[in-house]
Amino acid sequence: MTESTVLENASQTSLAGVARRGVIRRLLRDPLGIASTLLLALIALIAIFAPLIVWNDPGVSQLDKVNASPGGGFLLGGDSAGRDILSRLLVGARLTLLGGLVAAGVAAVVGVGFGLAAGYRGKWFDLVSGWVSDLVMVLPSIIVLVAMFTVTGPNAVLAMFVLGIMLAPSFFRLTRSLVIQVKRNLYVDAAKVSAISDLRIVGRHIFTVIRGPLVIHFVLITSVAIIIQSGLDFIGLGDPNVPTWGSMLQDAFRSLYLSSTAYIWPGLAIALTVASLLLLGNALRDALEDVERAPRAARKANWVAPVRSTAPTASDALLCVEDLVISYRNADGGLNRVVDGVSFEVRAGEVLGLVGESGSGKTQTALAILRLLPTGGHVAGGRIVLDGEDLAHRSQREMTSVRGRRIAYVPQEPMSNLDPTAKIGSQLTEPIRVKLGLPRREAKERALELLEQVNITNPQRVFDSYPHEISGGMAQRVLIAGAVSCDPDIIIADEPTTALDVTVQAEILDILRRLRTERNLAVLLVTHNFGVVADLCDRVVVMQTGQIVEEGVVGRIFAEPRHPYTRALMSAMLTGRPSRRERSLQEAVQ
Amino acid sequence: MILFIIKRVLAGFALLFGVSTATFALVYSGGGDIAGQLLGGDAGPEAVAAKARQLGLDQPLMAQYWHWLTHAITGDLGVSWYSSQPVLPTILQRLSVTLSIVVVALLVVTLASVTIGIVAALRRGWIDRVLQTASVIGLALPSFWVGLVLVIVFAISLRWVPATGFVPFQESPARWFASIVLPVVALGLAAASATAQQVRSAVIGVLEQDYVRTLRARGLSGTRVLWGHVLRNAAPPGLTVLSLQFISMVGGAVIIERIFAINGMGSLAVDSTLKNDIPVVVGVMVVMTVVVVLINLAIDIVNGFINPKATVAS
Amino acid sequence: MNEELLEITDLEVTYGKRGFGAEPAPALKGVSLGIGAGETMGLVGESGSGKTTLGRAVLGLVPVTGGSIRYLGQDITQVDRRRRRALAAQLQVIFQDPYSSLNPSMLVEDILSEPLRAAGVPGRDARKRVNALMERVDLPAGAGRRLPREFSGGQRQRIAIARALALEPALIVCDEPVSALDMSTQIRILDLLVDIQQSTNVAYLFISHDLEVVRYVSHRVAVMFRGEIVERGDAEQVTADPSHPYTRRLLMAAPVPDPAVQAVRREERARFLAGESSAVAAS
Repeated sequence: MTESTVLENASQTSLAGVARRGVIRRLLRDPLGIASTLLLALIALIAIFAPLIVWNDPGVSQLDKVNASPGGGFLLGGDSAGRDILSRLLVGARLTLLGGLVAAGVAAVVGVGFGLAAGYRGKWFDLVSGWVSDLVMVLPSIIVLVAMFTVTGPNAVLAMFVLGIMLAPSFFRLTRSLVIQVKRNLYVDAAKVSAISDLRIVGRHIFTVIRGPLVIHFVLITSVAIIIQSGLDFIGLGDPNVPTWGSMLQDAFRSLYLSSTAYIWPGLAIALTVASLLLLGNALRDALEDVERAPRAARKANWVAPVRSTAPTASDALLCVEDLVISYRNADGGLNRVVDGVSFEVRAGEVLGLVGESGSGKTQTALAILRLLPTGGHVAGGRIVLDGEDLAHRSQREMTSVRGRRIAYVPQEPMSNLDPTAKIGSQLTEPIRVKLGLPRREAKERALELLEQVNITNPQRVFDSYPHEISGGMAQRVLIAGAVSCDPDIIIADEPTTALDVTVQAEILDILRRLRTERNLAVLLVTHNFGVVADLCDRVVVMQTGQIVEEGVVGRIFAEPRHPYTRALMSAMLTGRPSRRERSLQEAVQ
Repeated sequence: MILFIIKRVLAGFALLFGVSTATFALVYSGGGDIAGQLLGGDAGPEAVAAKARQLGLDQPLMAQYWHWLTHAITGDLGVSWYSSQPVLPTILQRLSVTLSIVVVALLVVTLASVTIGIVAALRRGWIDRVLQTASVIGLALPSFWVGLVLVIVFAISLRWVPATGFVPFQESPARWFASIVLPVVALGLAAASATAQQVRSAVIGVLEQDYVRTLRARGLSGTRVLWGHVLRNAAPPGLTVLSLQFISMVGGAVIIERIFAINGMGSLAVDSTLKNDIPVVVGVMVVMTVVVVLINLAIDIVNGFINPKATVAS
Repeated sequence: MNEELLEITDLEVTYGKRGFGAEPAPALKGVSLGIGAGETMGLVGESGSGKTTLGRAVLGLVPVTGGSIRYLGQDITQVDRRRRRALAAQLQVIFQDPYSSLNPSMLVEDILSEPLRAAGVPGRDARKRVNALMERVDLPAGAGRRLPREFSGGQRQRIAIARALALEPALIVCDEPVSALDMSTQIRILDLLVDIQQSTNVAYLFISHDLEVVRYVSHRVAVMFRGEIVERGDAEQVTADPSHPYTRRLLMAAPVPDPAVQAVRREERARFLAGESSAVAAS
């Protein structure tokens, strides 16, 4: 009974207290988000109501106001034709913003439409539209617009339409790559199995998932369009009858030596608008990322005192972890303890299993020993003593001399743990040359020897390969060879066989066992698999939600688990349970 | 690798053909009564017809295009309708002026953005925030306005450099430098800001990769991993951004040349557009495309050397 | 078995090369398999064996290049969209990864009602059905108004099971449904699947790399290796005392969670592999 209660608790709590927080709410909690939104709203209002606000007609010249200084009803002075700069500035917002929106709108409609189709359909449509997009992309849009001026004439909206087409490829590429990523998700396959129409799959399962980044891109493209459009107006390829900030700058430029301040205002207006768009884009991105990273509820299991079969004695221990605390800084600035007061030791030549389910903190503990926690994580307390020296407060520079030579690491995912741009050989020999100071030739000999020791039949070929040219099992052997290459005393192996097939797993376990006896290597083996524990470990530490619940020699843990959580884990194992057939026979008897 | 380069060159030719065809079709068909406009309002219909015949405008569009294309392949892009100068030499002379500004700007942008991007990615914290803010400002200021402000401050008020004009390098390196320093700054500010952000996120992206941790776990120092592995993996996105920035700076040069009264390719494009000098407009587009294709080719080749998978994948 | 629910005969799938440098994709080389109503057919194999491809071919997610798939005697190897819609009520799926198999931007109740609405079930009935489904798979009250990311892996898998059950299908393809879950969650999901089978008589094509898991849920088992079925038979016999060398290798490679037993098995495996390689050398 206790077993199931423990497990029930563990899964129930993961649901507790998670509130849905929308992107908008997060955006409005970010000061830059609020500021940029308000500023943009203000600019938009000005653009809409400008004709009602201005008191001087922006098109009417007053001869006495030509290049006038501020004052006398013209708060910002007059331009080269004696028109009110302030009025023109306010009214100029209209066409400037409209132009930006038209261009970004056209770009979005064309780019997203084609991007969705190309990404989802693939094949020839993808090829052709990709080629056309590249073609448009490489042309400098301003030069094209200048050339197009011979066709369009001074027609601002048409020019912005053309600019929209020129900017569409960036939307196309973004959309297409997002679609290709999202399309791989299994929920798209599940929808296909339910015979949901392609149109609905694209609309409901793809577009809604990728719209966040597209909105951000729209905001950024609007800012780009505003700058390009102003540039065109600035060189005199705009509509001379309607004021825009670009044409006002052109006017100011022509009378640069006559009027000292006219050039400031339109530039400032453009810069402010564009800056608020950029900041809004950044704030939106942060808000989206925050929502996606929504904190998994902090899990609190009901605490039962840990069981230890041996009192920790640091005397003969190679590695001794004492009261280790690992904290992460979360988005709200608070601290989140993922490992809380963990103590254990590893003796020379011993294999210690660190066992637990996801969220138990076993991987965090392993990475903390290497002092290679991901960004945001840090050792907040306790000691990590290797041969009498505390590593917990060493600098990264000091850790460099410890890693590789004293502590080594074998990761979980073989393929992502090799640099894809470097050959296996150079990745193996680099640490050997740096750490052991061996010349290139000897380092290569040693690397080939190591590859042979991890049962690679053709070491030279693997040595000359790039990571993408070898299989996952082969890559894991390479990583093990790399880990032992500088004769470490202890290896931290983080789920070293989880990503592999069972037959490969058995071979990798054999290799680890042999290396351990040959080199008297200590291993800290992080795993969730009790089969692997039974195969390789001498002692076991069981972790649950950041704490150790039980520790003991492997035989005892399997024979008589004492802590309720360990018992629950053991009873959840399938081995030894009656098969489907046996169960139905039993039921029939009853 | 060779196959990869050949494919890229062929794609470049295809692009060139596409661009020239599209430009030709749009510009020649959209211009209306070209001959009439050239001669001005007073010309009689016979004169206009004669002018059209002289320019070949009475021919069907396809025939005009065929005539242009067969000459263009031999490097003859026609003559200007105004100056009667051959188009290609005129453009090339102007191109050297523009490129000397854009290429210098590209070098400055690369140096500045890579340094800033890497520092921001490695240091994070307040340095990162300051650099992020600076890059938003850099992006928000339009290059032509920056140009104007620079002219007013450094040329008109302080008189440190000339306000306008371009001095070729061969004439006087010092005066060449003085003549391009303001245009380069105006042109490069936004490009450097954009690129620095991209470099930053590319470097951060690579730093978060599993293999970086594994390399550190082998006992390689942070610096060694950065120079030996991180930068090589972050280079492809960085180079892509640089090639796009190059293209946008070539466009931006059109405006910057106006401000500093530099007779480069950009001012040639604007002038001939305003005068409806169509052979020059088409020529500018073609030459521009060649430049862009060459730059992209160079960047693809560099990318291919850095990342062995790129040549296979594309 | 006299009347099979699903009858796969000589099925072949060959992926075309996708672009340059793409890995030669796994293929099916003439696979035949039958599944009866209310039965669990376990399909075991390692990565690249073609077991997932077989499941996807049944669901119409990969193009079939040869052979046939029959459902209740009707050929469904190549079907148009309209027939596929009718089939959707009969053939459903539960995928391995409970994270990417649920749309992160949809509420759980929308995820569950989507297949119902696609099948033309009116709104009120669909809502009732969704509530019944959530109860059936033991989702907590109020789960419908939440997003998938608020649930743990095991609970997400319950949502996926509920979605598969929505149209009361006759066969569910379960593609490694528990291999991404924690051990303690695994057994409860497996028990739920068996329980559902007993009350609804649904058949499962249960794909897994784990002989223990397959033994726990299956009536019959087929073992795949390099695109072919190398052994098939009663679940107990195949998972405990296999006859094909590959299945034996697979069985001996899986470590037993008992140090003493595992030591013995390790010895056995070493002897077996030595015997196999000397047999190869001799032939």
